[in-house]
Amino acid sequence: MEQNLLLTYLLFTPIIGSVAVLFFGKNQTKFIRWFGLFVSLIAFVISLIIYFGFDSSKPQFQFLHQVLWISSLNVSYNVGVDGISLLLVLLTTFLTPLTLLSTWNAIEKNVKMFTFSMLFLEAGMLGVFVSLDIFLFYIFWEVMLIPMYFIIGIWGGERRIYASIKFFIYTMVGSLLMLVAIIWLAVYASGITGKFTTNLLELYKVGPTIPHQIQGWMFGAFFLSFAIKVPLFPLHTWLPDAHVEAPTAGSVILAGVLLKMGTYGILRYCLPLFPQSAINFAPLISVLAIIGIIYGALVSMVQTDIKKLVAYSSVSHLGFVVLGTFAMTVEAVQGAVIQMVNHGLSTGALFLLVGIIYERTHRRDIAYYGGIAKLVPLYAVALMIASLSSVGLPGLNGFIGEFLILLGTFKSSVLNSWWYTVFAATGVIFAAVYLLWMYQRVVFGEVKNPELKEHLTDLNVREFVVLIPILIFIVWIGIYPSTFLGMTEESTKSILQHVSSFTFDILK
Amino acid sequence: MPVSNFEYYQLSPFILIGLGIIISVVIEMITKKSEQILPWLSILLFLAISIYSIVNINNHAILFGGMIEVGGKPAIFNFIFNIGAMLIVMSSIGYLKKYGTYYGEYYIIVQSSVLGMMIMAGSKDILMVFLGLELMSICFYVLAGFNRKKLSANESSLKYFLLGSFATGFIVYGIALIYGTAGNTSLLYITSNFASLSSNIIFVTGFVLFLIGFSFKIAAFPFHMWVPDVYQGSATTVTGLMSTTGKTAAFSVLIISIAATFTLNAPNVFKPYFSVIAALSMLFGSIVAISQNNLKRMLAYSSISHAGYMAIGLAAANTQSISGIIFYLAAYAFMNIGAFTVISIIEGEGDTRIDIDSFAGLHTKSPVLAAFMSLFMFALAGIPPLAGFFGKYYVFVGAIEGGLTWLAIVGVISSMISVYFYLRVVVYIYFRDSIEEFKPEISSFSLSAVIISGAFVLIFGILPDLLLNVINSVINL
Repeated sequence: MEQNLLLTYLLFTPIIGSVAVLFFGKNQTKFIRWFGLFVSLIAFVISLIIYFGFDSSKPQFQFLHQVLWISSLNVSYNVGVDGISLLLVLLTTFLTPLTLLSTWNAIEKNVKMFTFSMLFLEAGMLGVFVSLDIFLFYIFWEVMLIPMYFIIGIWGGERRIYASIKFFIYTMVGSLLMLVAIIWLAVYASGITGKFTTNLLELYKVGPTIPHQIQGWMFGAFFLSFAIKVPLFPLHTWLPDAHVEAPTAGSVILAGVLLKMGTYGILRYCLPLFPQSAINFAPLISVLAIIGIIYGALVSMVQTDIKKLVAYSSVSHLGFVVLGTFAMTVEAVQGAVIQMVNHGLSTGALFLLVGIIYERTHRRDIAYYGGIAKLVPLYAVALMIASLSSVGLPGLNGFIGEFLILLGTFKSSVLNSWWYTVFAATGVIFAAVYLLWMYQRVVFGEVKNPELKEHLTDLNVREFVVLIPILIFIVWIGIYPSTFLGMTEESTKSILQHVSSFTFDILK
Repeated sequence: MPVSNFEYYQLSPFILIGLGIIISVVIEMITKKSEQILPWLSILLFLAISIYSIVNINNHAILFGGMIEVGGKPAIFNFIFNIGAMLIVMSSIGYLKKYGTYYGEYYIIVQSSVLGMMIMAGSKDILMVFLGLELMSICFYVLAGFNRKKLSANESSLKYFLLGSFATGFIVYGIALIYGTAGNTSLLYITSNFASLSSNIIFVTGFVLFLIGFSFKIAAFPFHMWVPDVYQGSATTVTGLMSTTGKTAAFSVLIISIAATFTLNAPNVFKPYFSVIAALSMLFGSIVAISQNNLKRMLAYSSISHAGYMAIGLAAANTQSISGIIFYLAAYAFMNIGAFTVISIIEGEGDTRIDIDSFAGLHTKSPVLAAFMSLFMFALAGIPPLAGFFGKYYVFVGAIEGGLTWLAIVGVISSMISVYFYLRVVVYIYFRDSIEEFKPEISSFSLSAVIISGAFVLIFGILPDLLLNVINSVINL
């Protein structure tokens, strides 16, 4: 059936596009930019077709497409989406063209390679979200490291080499242990089903039968890899370096999509494959998540660099996502999923906005600015919406996610204590403090620097086109979240049912 | 025992390369331009044999009363040797001029060493192993010191020769003990009676001595002392040959000699030996490579560490891990030859430009070389979906199936360490500005060698089944 090939089209569009870019001349900068944008827009259109063909009343994976790839190891090219992965696929295909468009002034050096890297990165990220074979997943997980490494390393700031190597090695450390766990799981499955298999749907049945002691180790190996990516406190130290040194486009993709691969991995792999261990470790991980929420917020508060402030706020926001995931109630997990999207939109927008003024002034320190509301009113409004969305103001998207997570955590029988909610809620307050304070210092007051008057110009049409779609979705999710929550509801329920069916004895 | 004509026919790759050597010697004697003719002859010869080997992979036979095996696993090894040697010859043409050894003899010695390797991989008798090994090793000693005016080349040749002879001594002593206890030199006899023979301590001692000798040849810790100096001192293309095909040949013997443990279900008495060697080689190689600035030296340590990954397969010794080693060897041959070819292109006269500094800003000087060198580095580091990753993956699968999960974990720890120094090369190529201005002279031959290697690294990565199915179909022969 042709419909089943849609995901494959989606996945291969950026791959083919990126390879095609390699054959263009080095100096056809303008053409390459348009071409990159065009390819990523095609991918977006395909993902929209998938969205409209998706039946959200079914919890099963849809648009399945399976082709045997490595027969001797029984590895298939096996893709499919459920509500959760579809939402993240849409986020990826939505952000990529906007990011590409945002770089038309910022990236001057080697545009060809940049476009190649971005398209290749998009393919890697999409692959992570749609793989239903754990081996295939691992390949995409690793592959997307390379373009990101180049994006930080070539177009990054002063300490880009340090940041890119740190990013690469941190991620590699986690994922290689996951590789051993993947092989172990497949070998274990061959003892049970009689076949060496890495098919995720089959492993869902096998994973929970692993003896508890070993399951803990397996869970640990997978979780470490995802926790580094999220990043969960205390594994977050690569993030500020990578974010600060990366070019704007890199930061947007990093915050917008890459970090979600970690939380998505937890939801898709850690929970259903090792439900007993997930429940055992839930309190510990939730404590780490809450430490991350508060720590990230406190560190953001004292930053003098706007970009670093936004980077640390990611640690805080993703703490919420992890907390919601391990609360394991429908509300909390739904909240976590929607919060992944929210964070992608609001932090993505913040990074874009930081990038926009950085392009004009080449300064990112808060103290340099002040009173820019008078100079760039449109910019100030956009920054206001993005900041408030990140703060979690009711009516904007951040509120929905955080509220659902806090509500779900409160009711959680796995965590079974309202202290988690109390401490997590302080993160919301701190977020208001550091973001609004930053906003006040940058935007309000008198114009401190006369230089600003010369350099700072308001948003141009291209930047407007980049920001408007993001702002629309920020408001949309805030006002009418059902569009998105409805998509993920059945899938969330099915994951939680799967978990609780194996852990009944632990829960009660 | 009478030998039929058909047996001679099946032996044709050996006869072909033997003829090739004789013809080359004659050409060398009668013309003054042998250095222009012989590369062509060698390339055609190697290409013909590698195609022949792959086509005749299913014509499995044991010839001359159990002396030599053709088809099956040896065919795959012959493919690796010949295609590897072909790529090396292609990259040598331009390099030798620069290096000051633009002589025709070079190609004759390369051909002879390949004949030695083919005998090793095909041997079914322990004396044949020795014959092949000596043929290969002596050629390597000569190749290492090929530029006799250069001090470092002489040092490397002498060091290799002395230590290599010592290792050969171990092997001969081991063979003597094996023969003394088994009463037979046939590997077929030894493997089929392995279970009963291995209760004899003298037999096991002899066998371990034999294995130690080959551990030296594969460059495993703690028998690695010669590797860095020899790799650094020899001509870059020669290093490429030694580190890939030479290693493959030594591994082929190890695979044949421990075949009993994975095909006949004899007890795996060498598991502790190989496990320790594997773990130490991986860690030692990766850790020491971090601090190397000379790329040839860095790749020498990386070669020690790769020997360790492959030795995991020997420790696990099940069919999965053995086919994993063979895949790994093929993958390693292409990525390493590719890397050495790029180094040989960048290298200047008189041992200059082999430090990592010379690679700074390479992407502005030659985007193609930069892209391929990065590809080889990522492949060596084991990033999917490149060939190097699958090599590691199959070996790890074998290890975990064989109950050696700890060894797989040591393997990934070593991989994490190794990522750092492979990436460092990429950092220099793409992220740093050029330190030294020069224009690399890229001959079309060496560029083709790089492109062919890169294509294989990609193809074996994206479609590993192509090679793996072939290996699996002959693994139990």
